[in-house]
Amino acid sequence: MNAILRHLVVLPVVVPLLAGAAMFFLPEARRTARVTLAAASVLTQLSIAVGLLYLTSDAAPYIWPEGVGVYAIGGWPAPFGIVLVVDRLTAVMLTLGAVVALATLVYSVARWDRPGQPFHSLFQFLTMGLNGAFLTGDLFNLFVFFEVLLAASYGLQLRGGGALRVKLSLHYIAVNLAASLLFLIGVALIYGETGTLNMADLAGRAAALARGDRALFDAGAAILGIAFLIKAASWPLNFWLPGAYSIALAPVAASFAMMTKVGFYAVLRLSTLLQEYETLGAALFYIGLATLVSGTIGMLAAKHLARLIAYSVLISMGILLASLGLRIEALTTPVLFYLIVSVLTTCTFFMLNGMTDRTRVTDPPVSPEDGVREAEPEPVYVAYGIKQPSIASGEEVGIAIPAAMAFLGMVFVCCVLLVSGLPPLPGFLAKFALLSTIVRSAAASGVPISTWVLCGAILFSGFVSVIALSRIGMRLFWSVAARETPRLRVLEAAPVAALVLLSLGLACAAGPVTRYLDAAARSLHQPDTYIRAVLSQETRREQPGAPRP
Amino acid sequence: MEIVYALAIGILAGAGVWLLLRPRTFQVLLGFTLLSYATNLFIFGMGRLALHQAPIISSAFGPVDPKLYADPVPQALVLTAIVIGFATTALFLVVLLALRGLTGTDHVDGREPHA
Repeated sequence: MNAILRHLVVLPVVVPLLAGAAMFFLPEARRTARVTLAAASVLTQLSIAVGLLYLTSDAAPYIWPEGVGVYAIGGWPAPFGIVLVVDRLTAVMLTLGAVVALATLVYSVARWDRPGQPFHSLFQFLTMGLNGAFLTGDLFNLFVFFEVLLAASYGLQLRGGGALRVKLSLHYIAVNLAASLLFLIGVALIYGETGTLNMADLAGRAAALARGDRALFDAGAAILGIAFLIKAASWPLNFWLPGAYSIALAPVAASFAMMTKVGFYAVLRLSTLLQEYETLGAALFYIGLATLVSGTIGMLAAKHLARLIAYSVLISMGILLASLGLRIEALTTPVLFYLIVSVLTTCTFFMLNGMTDRTRVTDPPVSPEDGVREAEPEPVYVAYGIKQPSIASGEEVGIAIPAAMAFLGMVFVCCVLLVSGLPPLPGFLAKFALLSTIVRSAAASGVPISTWVLCGAILFSGFVSVIALSRIGMRLFWSVAARETPRLRVLEAAPVAALVLLSLGLACAAGPVTRYLDAAARSLHQPDTYIRAVLSQETRREQPGAPRP
Repeated sequence: MEIVYALAIGILAGAGVWLLLRPRTFQVLLGFTLLSYATNLFIFGMGRLALHQAPIISSAFGPVDPKLYADPVPQALVLTAIVIGFATTALFLVVLLALRGLTGTDHVDGREPHA
């Protein structure tokens, strides 16, 4: 049984890969089969992720006693072969990704997956890339999984077509291609200096480097860090994000909620593993602060809800990076909690935006600066003069739920509370935990000015988001004359409601969640366990002829 | 040989960055191509430059001296990077053509600066 459970680690990569590939063989007409396959795959991933969450915790010490599971792909031992590693942080990220994927998938089935391109395959590959990036213990493999998720995201991003969307996608692709090249250069430098790509092995070898070699290694790590920060959309490398996210179709933008967090995850993982946590700080703090400020200013300037949400992603990213930059170990738990909340919020908000967008009766004049979407997406096929496949977007699927506007308004209020961090929802808890930890540890070490700057910026950004979102909310929901009530499908409303309820549940169960995250943070800051688990011999495959336990 | 190799990488990267910052989409595409050449050469160079050395160590003739062999890992990395770079360049080309078809201009902003 234990031998089987060990293989759970590789399944979050294998399942979406197989499901996504199998969908290519299903003919266009077999939509139900494709949706069923996609749903089965995502549900499997969710249950695997929850299983891993349990297996890495202290409650199940019989498989991975120290909470770190290592899977050597192909049975090659660690520093030479590629390993997948699951610890508590990875399990949390996998679960979060699966929840977001499930919600977005259900939402997309309502009407968004209709036009001809292989939406569901790309979606599966996106989740595969995400899962792989969280799981992998190898630097170059991380690059490959980044590319997998980015390639899928390019395809998803382009869905719907239209000149504006193609233009912004081009910018998005260009920025990410440049970032990928930087990633490669960083990896190559690190390999050239240390001779290894395995993250755990790297930790030991980097510490043992001679002084003269250290400079090149640091340069490599810095270039790698820049690549991660581009993906994490930190200022001044984030100007691609508002355009790209606000122009993407609602379910696509919602599933992108995890993507910036992968960059953050990579920074967190590598900085703790390489014990660069101390040296990294100052720069990261100011970068994070600048991201926070740029997001706040952007929120005040944005006129369209999608753009506003995109800027709120920047704010959350800024808070995460700046908190990481303070170099307070106790802050890791609130940072992770805030990360979970902000992903759920972004996902909910983008899906909500997809529904409120339909309340508009007449299109506003499309200005290229504002990123306003077209009412009905015009497929990219037009560009090539190919006959476009039929779009059944006006078609009704499912039952229309009553009191649609009331529902949308309620969800909108919940999202505002989540973004700005006001009491009943976990946005408040997350920000409160962040602020109280910052203040407490600052009081212990003589209150540096940076602490107060960050606290002020976090509070002010919350205040600004209340202002900006109420302004949009009044225009959306109270100026009824210019709007029509949309027909909502249960399939669209259910995942949104479920996510709101989930975040409410997160607020109620904040205690257990925080305890788990605490354990995750502790193991993150004791990388020895991780390194030992990866490099130890126990994780080898069983010998083919050996008797099984 | 190191000097020539480093100069080649430098020139390719410099030309690539310059093209990348140009306003026309095709120039950007060529910039990416040159930059990825430079990157690939760089990865290869990180495995140390060596002439007439096999990348695979054979222990058939007893214990071997690794100094006599080239590092195989960067070569494998370069192969992967080439494949991925090729695919993303092709994708970029498709998007480039789509933008050209939809807007009628090859400017990266989809419109001429003074139009």
